[in-house]
Amino acid sequence: MSLSSEILIKMYRAMLRIRRFEEQIWEVYTGGLMHGLAHLYIGEEAVAVGVCAALRDDDFITSTHRGHGHCVAKGGNLEAMMAEVMGRVTGHCRGKGGSMHIADMSVGILGANGIVGGGFGIATGAALSAQKRGTDQVAVCFFGDGASNQGIFFEVMNFAAIWKLPVIYVCENNHYGEYTPTENVTAGKSIADRSLPFGIPSTTVDGSDAIAVYEATAEAVERARKGDGATLIECDTYRYRGHHVGDPGEGYRSKEEIESWMAKDPIQLLRTKILDDNIASGAELDAEEREVEKEMENALEAAKAAPYPDVEEVNQHVYA
Amino acid sequence: MSMREMTYGEAVKEAMAEEMRRDPTVFLMGEDVGKAGTVFKVLLGLHDEFGDDRVIDTPIAEAGLVGLGVGAALTGSRPIVDIMFGDFIALAMDQIVNQAAKLRYMSGGQAIVPITIRSTMGAGRSSAAQHSQSLHAWLAHIPGLKVAIPSTPADAKGLFKTAVRDDNPVVIYEDKMMYALKGMVPTEEDYTIPFGQAHIKREGDDVTLIATSSMVHVALDAADALAEQGISAEVVDPRTLVPLDRETLIESVVKTTRAVIIDEGYKSFGITGEIASTVYNGAFDYIDAPIVRLGAMDVPVPFSKPLEDATIPTPEDVIKAVQDMKIR
Ligand SMILES: Cc1ncc(C[n+]2csc(CCOP(=O)(O)OP(=O)(O)O)c2C)c(N)n1
Ligand SMILES: [Mg+2]
Repeated sequence: MSLSSEILIKMYRAMLRIRRFEEQIWEVYTGGLMHGLAHLYIGEEAVAVGVCAALRDDDFITSTHRGHGHCVAKGGNLEAMMAEVMGRVTGHCRGKGGSMHIADMSVGILGANGIVGGGFGIATGAALSAQKRGTDQVAVCFFGDGASNQGIFFEVMNFAAIWKLPVIYVCENNHYGEYTPTENVTAGKSIADRSLPFGIPSTTVDGSDAIAVYEATAEAVERARKGDGATLIECDTYRYRGHHVGDPGEGYRSKEEIESWMAKDPIQLLRTKILDDNIASGAELDAEEREVEKEMENALEAAKAAPYPDVEEVNQHVYA
Repeated sequence: MSMREMTYGEAVKEAMAEEMRRDPTVFLMGEDVGKAGTVFKVLLGLHDEFGDDRVIDTPIAEAGLVGLGVGAALTGSRPIVDIMFGDFIALAMDQIVNQAAKLRYMSGGQAIVPITIRSTMGAGRSSAAQHSQSLHAWLAHIPGLKVAIPSTPADAKGLFKTAVRDDNPVVIYEDKMMYALKGMVPTEEDYTIPFGQAHIKREGDDVTLIATSSMVHVALDAADALAEQGISAEVVDPRTLVPLDRETLIESVVKTTRAVIIDEGYKSFGITGEIASTVYNGAFDYIDAPIVRLGAMDVPVPFSKPLEDATIPTPEDVIKAVQDMKIR
């Protein structure tokens, strides 16, 4: 499959937007403008971007506690996202959700989740609903290597298989769940293998390679839209930073390991590819970067200027 | 009694270490309890002493984790199972409610299930709706479970040690906002606190503030302020919800004739309702003012700071409730 230059540039830009957003979060958080927990996606950008580039606006995703990247990639708005993590009323969720619960239903983002494995049921149910309503929408469930040990993962794969549901399980295997190495707590040779007994095809891709992720997803989407059921995609990836802002990310991970992953940075990889194939010039890509920078600055300024929600809002939205 | 100053977190760790030294059948398992010493870092060092065999990192699988704990407890071990955030107990409810709580009864007294489940509660960290709940009332509702909810370092240590030694499933809740709280703690190996003994944290004559966990400190702050207004408040901490020391609560209200009950669980259908009815029934002839209940607002805990703050009882809320009783 050869991807259009338009898609490559779009993915490059999306990855830059995620990276800049997360770097900004770091500053906002350490500067005391954001409270709670902030789990950064830096290093894993190619997964969210490769997957979402293969989706339509009306497709669904469920996200995780490390969800900013998914949200940006699926069409969340930087200003509303920044406002949300800062608890402002102009945020996607009016400040009620915060970093771990960002959702934008208008573009199919069914929500980040504070419960590890919290998206499995929701994504599979969204796929069921698409099937019942007779649309050809698909649902993507992002989840971590750690989440792959939750029992509900196995329950939903069974449902997806018996009912041929249009769902794609995307595992972001970043080799750690918090401070615990994945292999210490995860049986089997790979997480991708786990769907095979259910008859759900799976594949493992280099999660630093946005193009590979895109291609694997596009194939899964095609299968799902045709009514041929679910797919599991395991993406091999890495978070550069700690589990959350505040965890230095060292001690339980060696310097060499961190550096080896940074040496195959997803953004640099795609940039090199774009330049090598003469799809855009360095100057053009730099211009993209400046635009993203500008967008981020505006988003931050707007979020900072936005008010907190009125205390009266506290008991709105408990019920519909 | 020899005492040492330590934090609430250190007190929990010391209790656990002492019990593990004393009884080789005690072990701890949970997510990131090993080298990481939990995400709150309160158990740092425990793994150094006891190693992988007895301080065990588990997969992220709460239902399985508690289920294994129940099976181990049924067969001669005394596991301590760590559930990082109280909210995640929801994932393990079947194992706790339908298995752990009922095995002794259903087996006609053959079984014991000496499992200790420790978890956290409490809002105030901008952690939003899935990391801030105080759901202890859920478990206090279930016959067969005991529930402890310590408010000070000394209580944390003494109640924890009792929990490990108890032959029943015990759930013990630590408010994550209190880990750095300091206090004097007895250091004897056999220091334990019997379950079902409320503790009077401050004596007073005009009104009883019955409070649990971090709300004890809210009540104590309120009592300080009330004292300046010439109102003498007694602060009583039940310390365990099951068993509940109804007598001490009633006696205090018989003496003061008024009560405010403060708990961080949801106000509706929760702990404060149970305690209020206990006090109404037990002290009916003595009560001079309607009993006031203060709890978390009945909403999912919001992320945004000003909203979150509005959902948790404060000393000001307690003071206002007492002032409205028009004592003086
Ligand atoms: C049910 C549940 N258990 C535990 C946690 C605490 N927790 C938050 S993130 C995390 C690690 C998740 O690992 P993984 O799924 O690999 O995602 P990653 O953080 O590596 O992206 C844990 C244990 C949680 N939020 N929910
Ligand atoms: Mg992981």
